[in-house]
Parts: sequence; structure tokens; C-alpha cells
Amino acid sequence: MSATAELSRRSLLAASGALGTFSLGFHVPALAQNVPAAMSPEINAWVVVKPDDSVVIRIARSEMGQGSLTGLAQLVAEELECDWAKVTTEYPTPGQNLARNRVWGNFSTGGSRGIRESQDYVRKGGAAARQMLIQAAANGWRVPASACRAEASVITHGPTGRTTTYGAVAEAASRLPAPADVALKDPKDWKIAGKPLPRLDTAEKLNGKQIYGTDLSLPGMLNAAIRDCPVFGGKVRSFDAAAVENMPGVRRVVQVGETAVAVVADTWWRAKTALDALPVTWDEGPNAHLSSASIAEMLRAGLDAPEAVVGNSAGDARAAIAGAAKRVEAVYAYPFQNHATMETMNATARWTPERCEVWTPTQNGEAALAATSEAAGLPASRCEVYKLHLGGGFGRRGAVHDWVRQAVAIARQIPGTPVKLIWSREEDMLHGRYHPVTQCKLVGGLDEQGKLIGLHMRISGQSIVAGIFPENIRDGRDPAVFQGLNPGGAEAAFGYTIPNLLIDHAMRNPPVPPGFWRGVNLNQNAIYVECFMDELAQAAGKDPLEFRRALMADHPRHLAVLNAVAERVGWSTPPREGVHRGLCQTMGFGSYVAACAEVSVSDDGTLTIHRIVAATDPGHAVNPQQIEAQVEGSFVYGLSAALHGECTIANGRVEQENFDSYPVLRMDEMPAVETIILPSGGFWGGVGEPTIAVAAPAVLNAIYAATGKRVRSLPLRHHDLRRT
Amino acid sequence: MAKLRINGRVVEVQIEDDTPLLWVLREQLGLTGTKYGCGVAQCSACTVHVDGAAARSCAMPVSSLTEEQNVVTIEGLSPDSSHPVQKAWTTLDVPQCGFCQPGMIMAAAALLAQTPKPTVTEIRQEITNICRCGTYNRVLAGIQLAAEGNGTRG
Repeated sequence: MSATAELSRRSLLAASGALGTFSLGFHVPALAQNVPAAMSPEINAWVVVKPDDSVVIRIARSEMGQGSLTGLAQLVAEELECDWAKVTTEYPTPGQNLARNRVWGNFSTGGSRGIRESQDYVRKGGAAARQMLIQAAANGWRVPASACRAEASVITHGPTGRTTTYGAVAEAASRLPAPADVALKDPKDWKIAGKPLPRLDTAEKLNGKQIYGTDLSLPGMLNAAIRDCPVFGGKVRSFDAAAVENMPGVRRVVQVGETAVAVVADTWWRAKTALDALPVTWDEGPNAHLSSASIAEMLRAGLDAPEAVVGNSAGDARAAIAGAAKRVEAVYAYPFQNHATMETMNATARWTPERCEVWTPTQNGEAALAATSEAAGLPASRCEVYKLHLGGGFGRRGAVHDWVRQAVAIARQIPGTPVKLIWSREEDMLHGRYHPVTQCKLVGGLDEQGKLIGLHMRISGQSIVAGIFPENIRDGRDPAVFQGLNPGGAEAAFGYTIPNLLIDHAMRNPPVPPGFWRGVNLNQNAIYVECFMDELAQAAGKDPLEFRRALMADHPRHLAVLNAVAERVGWSTPPREGVHRGLCQTMGFGSYVAACAEVSVSDDGTLTIHRIVAATDPGHAVNPQQIEAQVEGSFVYGLSAALHGECTIANGRVEQENFDSYPVLRMDEMPAVETIILPSGGFWGGVGEPTIAVAAPAVLNAIYAATGKRVRSLPLRHHDLRRT
Repeated sequence: MAKLRINGRVVEVQIEDDTPLLWVLREQLGLTGTKYGCGVAQCSACTVHVDGAAARSCAMPVSSLTEEQNVVTIEGLSPDSSHPVQKAWTTLDVPQCGFCQPGMIMAAAALLAQTPKPTVTEIRQEITNICRCGTYNRVLAGIQLAAEGNGTRG
């Protein structure tokens, strides 16, 4: 990715010498400070063609590892009919989008929407550019455009065989009017899209040249380290700046809003060293006694509360269960978790009374611009945000830009000087936007034949929307809590038909800020439903696969991925001695997913996950090898949560401050993953998140098969898995 | 003041003795390929080679190093991304966000220098770097591919 204007390259060359005594092959950061590729003809907002035939494709969504930068470029290039070997990409800035009436649409990169939500207009952008380039060539030859065709950036006039290239006609094409309407290819004719092409952004990730936000260097830049009140809702009472002002490199000690203190120094390490030595007293506020136990009690009360919002219902679940031959009940729970992106939150800000600029890794450049404008006290038209590749996002860097506000608030106190704010890992752990906590009580009723005739699923707990967009909550309803449980629709539909069904939510919001955490509410909902399905199957004396199939006749796509997994894993034949299987399915982010885990549990209770077979139907598969990467990565994230992930609360603050107390999955625990991609066509689903939700239930169901133990709360490390 | 040998060159930096090598690389020398992930020697994003062995630079004060010790960072691993690990990473398209990958590549290169043909079990035990995007299985395959030859298929 080269989001670079030559002018900014030169200014950064100068910057690279500012701190270093010399340069050891120091790479010049690639940054957009001016209009990208301004010297080459822009055919339209999405496509720039240079005289040497190289093509720059503009990507509005952020790249954070999920690969949509490459996938979106494939979609544009497919319709453009350009030479893929000559494609590069760049980010337009949020300020340019504002100035051009949002010509690039939505910048938000979350909810696995990057490709599926923009595929239509970016493909049309590519197709329109192709038509304009062909028209320009035809005009030059004085022939009808309909007699010309394009392939791999070469335009050919059919009757005469004359050829020209995109680069040669780009200037003329850029002056033509955009076509009123364009036709898109049938995906079965794709040559670039749909292929397992290598990513476009790999090379600089192998040699240290890729510049992330934390790596940025600007002329005259200072560095800041920050400490926000560790108790949620607390404030700064006082701090003793004089105690650290004479430490090496320290330039300023500043308060940031009502809740935080920052040290600004020549280097970040010196800023952090001084911050660690800075005496601060806090007003811990109303939550100083909040604990995990008090939160759990609050949620428990919601499990039987009379007031709840209904998300899905059929028949009369309570009556059916009351009259059932057999009643099954279980309570599950899911903990707070931190996103723990490898790169901690960071932003560089430069503020003057006239203008404010921010450089930051963000999943939503427009939201970052809005946060910059508010914090800067300047209209958005006087602000700009330059996006950098993210060192992980997972939802943390999308909806809330708290770190951007902090960076601007610090920079406002040192006008004209760029200040880079980097959070320590400890700060990152204590000030997350945490995976919401919920509990769930499930009650099922079986008839004499073991058929499920009634199910009541009561979710009690936190609403992300209430925490971030409270204005979107109406009558206590947050539709997002029913992800994967909806009665229908293209986004996240429940995959079972149960004659008497009640799924409802009692909202309980403890004062711990929730966030969109990769997989969002599908994560816990899939555990609740799919583990309880296994419990019901056992109570009915039926095979877990057959029990599910009997409820899935009306949900053929849900069933297809489940069947594909069962077939690949060989469900009908027993696994080898000592190995046990568990399976599950769900739908979310527009895609259908299923998984089967094969595990063993040793006599001392040690869990080994040998293999996971997973199937995904995303409708259209834009880059199969990147879908495989996302499925594998989803198991890392999902198994990390299942095995280890938990933030606990004591005295109003998160207890886990680094990876020593917040363990995550490492390679020694990672199973082999076999990915089945089943693109059934006709719709566009996301792939970055849905598979996370099937990681935990597949393993938990396999653990039951291995040990006879039902694990109903996470993480697994708290559970004794020895057979009883 | 510290005198260090970095990527084959001896450099002098004016810095407090307890400054971790990581921050001298990043802030005094501009070598930002080596990453900060945790600061407590847990995540290994900061992995460099010291005399050929993988070392976690975030927990290594510069005063503990001498100019005789050869520190190699990701920028110095090869001049043109031609190390077999880098080539294998290209072949298999290993990185996702890429932030942990310099540390991952340095850990993999050190492992292969010590154990040219590691078993799967050895790789899984020796590579303890954290990746949150989830590249572990491609990292494992990449190390195996690099061990087979020069990191390319066929």
C-alpha cells in the first residue's frame, strides 16, 4: 500500500533524521498528506491510471489484517479489466470524502461489512472507468466504442486490430462524462475476483518497512504517555508535576480532560518513565466498589425478571414447556474480554487554532475525523485524518475514538507541535471497550419421542448499543443482542424451527464500557444455543447431528454447512480411540458457518484440540485463500476467548493489566484447521467474524463427549476437566 | 551512553542506561520494524537476534549489551527479503495485520539457525510469539517450508 504523495515523502525524509544519530536503512513512512496520486489522471473516484499503465485503486475501508484491501481491489480490477500486476492501492482521506460529498461512501470497517456492503458501488466504479477508457480510445480512433474491447489494460479495436493502452488514453478518459449506467459481470465470469491471489500488502510486513501508527515520525514531534483513572467513572483529583518535570526528556505534564494525566517528552520511553514516577491521586467516583461478583448478581436477577424484550417468538413456549414430557434447564455465562490488539491504541495529533491533523490507525476514518473535530474545537472542514495500517482492530478501533480525543486534547496544549500518544499495554488493558457480559437461562421441553416442542432462552446482560449509541435504544430494545437468533433476514437468522419459542433479553448494563468485539453478540449466543442443543439431544437420547437436522428442514443453508462439516469429519464413523467430537452451526454477518472439533482430554484434565473442520457459505467468495486465513484466524481469536479470555473487575477496575495475567492462545494450543468454502451464490456475506462464534461451542460439545462435563461458563482454564 | 553493534555497524547513543534496547532501536536509531507489544517479555513482538539467538528487546536494558555483541533486527535480517523465512512468508502469504510478524520472523529465523529441521512439536513449543489475527498455522507451515529449502515451493 502506498498512500503517499511525493511531497510528504520529502518532509518525512527530513523527519527521519530528527531523532536518530544516523539511519540504519530507515524506511520513509508512506503517508497521505496531500491529494493521493494528484499528478495522474483520476478516471473516477475509485480509479487512477498513470501514463505507464499502472493503476491506483482507491480503498475507503481500512486494512487491519482481514485482507479486504486486496479483495476490494480485486473487485474493482475485475470490472476495470486492468493488468492485476500493475495495481497498487491508496486510501482517500476522510477530509477528502467530506469535501467531495462522500464520493467514497462509508469508511466504517466493522461487522464484516468491508466487502459485502461496498461491493456493488466499487465494482460499478471499476466498470465505469473501463467504459470511459474504451470510449476515449474509440474517440481517438473515430470508431464506435462498441467495436472496442479491453483486457489487461490493453484496448483493442476489433475490426482493425489496432491497440492502445489504458495509460495512453487515461488523460482523455478523465475528461469524459461518467456513464449513466453500467452492467456488472456475472461472478461466474470472474478472472481476478474469486481467485486465491496473494495479498497486495505483504512485502513491507516482512522487512520492517510497514509503518504503523506507533512507528510514525514527524518533524519536531514529541511523544506522550497517558494514564486515565483506572476506576471506571473516576477522575483526577491532583498530581505533582514538579516531581517529574526535571526527569530526562520531559517537556510537559498535562491534564487530559477530567480523567487523565499525560507526560510529554522527547521520546516515548522517557515519557512513560516519567509517567510511572508521577504521583497522582484519584477521585474514584461512584464505582469504586464495583466487582465481578456484584455484576454477576445484577445479571442473575435479570434471568427471571418479568420485564424483557422479545427478539424471536412462536407459539406459546412457556405453556409447551410446562406440559412437556421432559424439561431441561441450564444457565450459561460469558465474561468481559479485551480486544488486545497487538498494537496498542495510538494517535499523532498536530493542532493549531486554524487546523488540526491526526494520523492514526482507525477502522472508521470518518468517525475519527468527527472525534478530531470535536476535540479540536474546529469544524471538520478544518481537520484531517490520515489513516495508517492497523496493528489489529477487532472492533476496538471503530466506534469509539477515545485515544484520538486524548491525543488532540494533549496537542491543543502544545499548539503547532505534533504529539504522538501511545498507550502502554497496561493502559490498553484497563481502558478497553470490553466484550459485553451476559448470562443466559435456557429451558427446553421435549415430548415423549424426544422432539423439541418448546424453548425459552432468556438473555440477561449488557447492550453494546446502549453503551455506545444510547440514542439508538428504543423502549429498552437493542436488536443487536439477538444476533444469530433472529426469526429471519439476511444478516443473522436463527437456524432452527421450534413450534413454541421465546427468545428475550433483560438489559442489565454495569458501568464497564462495552464495545464491538470481533464476532460481537454472535459469540455468546452461539455458545448458548449450540451447547444447549447438545444438552437437549442428550436428554432426548439422540445423536447431536440428527437432533439438529430434525429442526433444520426450513433452513437449507444453515443445514448445508453443517452437513458439509459432518461429512468431511466423518461424523457417521467413530473417531480414533481417545478422540471426541463436538459440532455446531450458526449464522451471522450474512454468512452461514459450522464447525466440528476433535479433542482429547487426558486423565489429568489436559485438553488437546487436534483438529477443527469448518465450513463457510459467504454467498460469493472474493478471495478463497484469504477466506481460509480469516477462518483460521477466527479460530485463534475464538479459541483464545474460550480457553483463556476474561477480564475481571475488583474495586471498580479491570484486574488484568498485561499478557501475563491476560493469557491468549499461542501456537502450542492451536489445532489444525480444515476450511470448506461453500459459496452458494446470490448473496454477499462477511467472513472476518462469523466463524469465531463456532469455535467455543464445537470445543465445549467435544469436551462433554470426552468427559461427561458440561462447561457453561468461560474461560475453560477455570474448569477441572478430569472425568468424574 | 551506550555503544552497540546493530546490523553490523557500531553506534553510540546518548541514553539512560536502563532504557530497553527496544526503545533505543525505535527512538534513537529509527529502526521501527521491532515492535512494542507488552513491555514485559510476554508477546515477543520485540524479538531481535543477539549473537544469533532470539532475544526480547523490550526487557533488555542497553547497559546489558556490549559492542562485541551483534544485534540484528528485522531490517538487518537480509538486504532484500531473501532470507528463507521471508521467502516462505511470501509464498504462503502469512501476515494478516503484520504487526507481530517482524518478531515472528526473527523468532523463526533463530529457531532454524539453531535447529535446521525442527519437528512440528519443536516449532509449536519454541515459537511462543503472540499473534492476535491468527496466523499461527501459516507460521507453522512457513517454518516448515523454509526448513525444506529456500522458502519457495517446488
